[in-house]
Amino acid sequence: MSRLCHFFRTPEAIAGASILALLVVVALAAPLLFSGDSQAIAGPALLPPFQDWSLPLGTDRLGRDVLAELFHGARTSLAVGLAAAAAALLIGSIIGTLAGFAGGLVDEVLMRITDAFQTVPSFLLALAFVSIVGPSLGVVVAAIALGAWTGPARVARAEVLSIRERDYVAGARVLGMHPLEIAFREVLPNVLPSVLALSSVIVAAAILTEAALSFLGLGDPNRVTWGGMIAEGRTVLRTAPFLSVVPGIALVLTVLGVYLAGEGVVESAAARRSLS
Amino acid sequence: MTRALRLLRRRLVGSVFVLLIVIIGSFLLLEAAPGDAVDAYIVSTGGDAGMIELLRHRWGLDQSELTRLANYLWALLHLDLGQSVTFSRAIRDVILERLPTTLILMGSATALSFGLGSTLGVYAGARPGSFRDRFLSIGSLALYAVPGFWLGLVLIVIFAVDLRWLPVGGIETIASGKTGLARAADIATHLVLPVSALGFIYLALYLRMMRAGMAEAWRQDFVLAARARGLRQRRIVLAHVARNALLPLVTMLGLQSAQMLGGSVVIESVFAVPGLGRLAQEAVAGRDTPLLLGIILVSAVVVVVINLLVDLAYAVLDPRVGASEGSA
Repeated sequence: MSRLCHFFRTPEAIAGASILALLVVVALAAPLLFSGDSQAIAGPALLPPFQDWSLPLGTDRLGRDVLAELFHGARTSLAVGLAAAAAALLIGSIIGTLAGFAGGLVDEVLMRITDAFQTVPSFLLALAFVSIVGPSLGVVVAAIALGAWTGPARVARAEVLSIRERDYVAGARVLGMHPLEIAFREVLPNVLPSVLALSSVIVAAAILTEAALSFLGLGDPNRVTWGGMIAEGRTVLRTAPFLSVVPGIALVLTVLGVYLAGEGVVESAAARRSLS
Repeated sequence: MTRALRLLRRRLVGSVFVLLIVIIGSFLLLEAAPGDAVDAYIVSTGGDAGMIELLRHRWGLDQSELTRLANYLWALLHLDLGQSVTFSRAIRDVILERLPTTLILMGSATALSFGLGSTLGVYAGARPGSFRDRFLSIGSLALYAVPGFWLGLVLIVIFAVDLRWLPVGGIETIASGKTGLARAADIATHLVLPVSALGFIYLALYLRMMRAGMAEAWRQDFVLAARARGLRQRRIVLAHVARNALLPLVTMLGLQSAQMLGGSVVIESVFAVPGLGRLAQEAVAGRDTPLLLGIILVSAVVVVVINLLVDLAYAVLDPRVGASEGSA
């Protein structure tokens, strides 16, 4: 309970948590509120917002309901962002733990591979990966994770280097546990907290990367995405700028919510540490 | 300078390994792509099965994977990136033609985000916890949450469509016949919006780093010593606190270069700037995998070179760097 109290002490954390809660509700409610096809034509084309209350945010170039698209887009953004971040954190912690625990040649090779992934611009890598394998939700998630695992890997490795000298690791060795078992059952769980501290930054980056990919037309073609909506609206930018502006605001709010909530978690953890 | 040179040599060896891994990775991606160079060639020229066989044999594509990797490396060693299908030209020439534009865009955006970001960071960090500090910290976070391509579109709507102050896109006025300074000015006005869209996003990074570094430096003893010597507040902020917080930002410049290159891909597509990023998009549209991987290789080289330069600058700025390696 005190953990929650700490978290909700700063106004930034409260704002972040509220935005995220609202977003989750929106994502969950999308199929209930707007059942049927969100890509179906709902009214006259290019209806401006706040004109017709059955279509509060108006319609796009093809007469599709912008609000329904926005709600369904929230699902894609959240799903891709969370899945890609989870994959990146998982891959990163495993590779970092292996490198740090094994040391020697394994460490050297794994870290040079990490360097290589950090040298290639992650967005270009994602672009190439999606264009070669073909756009679908899973491929987009994999492409984003491919460029995002290096940070967690470095943090995990640094943490393992200090943990592997601790007594309980020596104890596990004396018990005759297999090194891989020690690495993944004793060391990895203790590495996770510092790796998870990166999660807000990684989720935010993943959401932005997904938006950029679908803006360039490399998102899953069967799903509504905010990036895709912005790209659609771009063709009528001069006459109906709201079509690009509205999904962009949704993106900014989402990413800001993730950042603020993340800062809140870090600050409350720091406050608890200074108390104890 | 021998200290810096020694550091450079050590980093160069590491970079060669990293680039080798990037090359092997891009070779694997090339292999995974559907179709090969012969298929692409036949699509554009036409030919029968016999010709396909002949070409596969002549280009060494019927050999084992390892041999092909060796051929690929051998070609790269001669700076031969292969032939682009969409442009029917050598990939190296196409990329070299586009690279300067992207470097100018990246360089200006980096200068903007570093300059403005660190200045605002000094302003915020001069009094940690004050109202202006909180305002700038939250404001920069909000800016960091903005997708670059969307900021670009919003800037276009405001400054190019509504106010008509600046051009919508492109790198210069087509067929304007301008030369010399007039042409440079023309390119500069075309670059204002893309550079702002790219630079403002990363401004937050430098602002927050500067601010955090300064908040840390205020607690150090040398600040107390400076106060005891009766130095003016302004001098303490600039010459003692900010100066000590500046070095990590230089490292960030190198680390950030890959992100900047990635970001310019989308920005170039928004503003129709004919650079490397737009080329990557054209490669995707034309299913030109060799060209796409050529772009990836070249950008990896660019990032490596930038990081080497940053390391050198760091060694010059901080006499402690590499000093301990002298005896080793």
